[in-house]
Amino acid sequence: MKDILNNLDKAFENKVRLGIMSVLMVNDKIDFISLKELLGVTDGNLASHLKNLEKKQYISFEKDFVDRKPNTTYKATDTGKQAFKAHINAIENLLK
Amino acid sequence: MNQEKYLQDIKEIREMMDRSSRFISLSGISGVVAGIIALVSAFVAYQYIYIESDYYTFRAVSLTSDSFWNILVLAVSTLILALGAVLLLTHRTSKKKGQKLWNKQAKRLVASLAIPLFTGGLVCIILIVNGYIGVIAPLTLIFYGLALVNASNYTLDDIRSLGIAEIVLGLTGLYFIGFGLLFWAIGFGLLHIIYGIRMHLKYGS
Repeated sequence: MKDILNNLDKAFENKVRLGIMSVLMVNDKIDFISLKELLGVTDGNLASHLKNLEKKQYISFEKDFVDRKPNTTYKATDTGKQAFKAHINAIENLLK
Repeated sequence: MNQEKYLQDIKEIREMMDRSSRFISLSGISGVVAGIIALVSAFVAYQYIYIESDYYTFRAVSLTSDSFWNILVLAVSTLILALGAVLLLTHRTSKKKGQKLWNKQAKRLVASLAIPLFTGGLVCIILIVNGYIGVIAPLTLIFYGLALVNASNYTLDDIRSLGIAEIVLGLTGLYFIGFGLLFWAIGFGLLHIIYGIRMHLKYGS
């Protein structure tokens, strides 16, 4: 039981971070505004959770301009994808 | 003790994956309405184009230039009515589900529908210009089915089997060429109604 709990990733304990990673698992990339609409959270809340995932190197971002407005798009890194899969496996084992 | 929470997490993950990659707000009721419009239009078209020839063989398709224009007007108004109903009702469903109507997922859905549909439309126009009227009805079914199968990755799973059913109907109609309008009525009318009801019961709309 203890081993299984160790496999659970603290980064995904939070609903918003779990949501961000779920979206990035099935979409190559997504911009900040679309992500905000999907998750239904505030700018500040989303930004802080994104920063958190960035720090763990689970996601990467790119800044560019769309119609002269700054636009940030996010991607899941390979590390992030693996961590997410491991987290889901841990949950599955827990539910067995 | 934490089981509940993790079950909830799994549910959330699945929902986020679906919401972010698929257009889930298709309204089942709109399918039913589109189906009814198609049936009415097929009935009207029937009056125009089939000549009573022989009770035992299929009926010949004939178009005088007069009835050609009638059919054209009928076809265009059917398309506008059906599309309008689908857009209006889907807009209502998307509001309820908190998904925007014209979001990224919808754009992807429309783009993947558009290529087979426009190709099919052009093929049909070319055939009409050359006088091959009889094959039009089954061909519209086939191209519509191909478009649905193509688009099904970006929306509810049911659309895929609807597409395959349309293709099978179209091919059958192409073989039994004299019954084109009948198969058209089944494909665009009955199938839409059946799938519409099924999707409405499954997802609500």
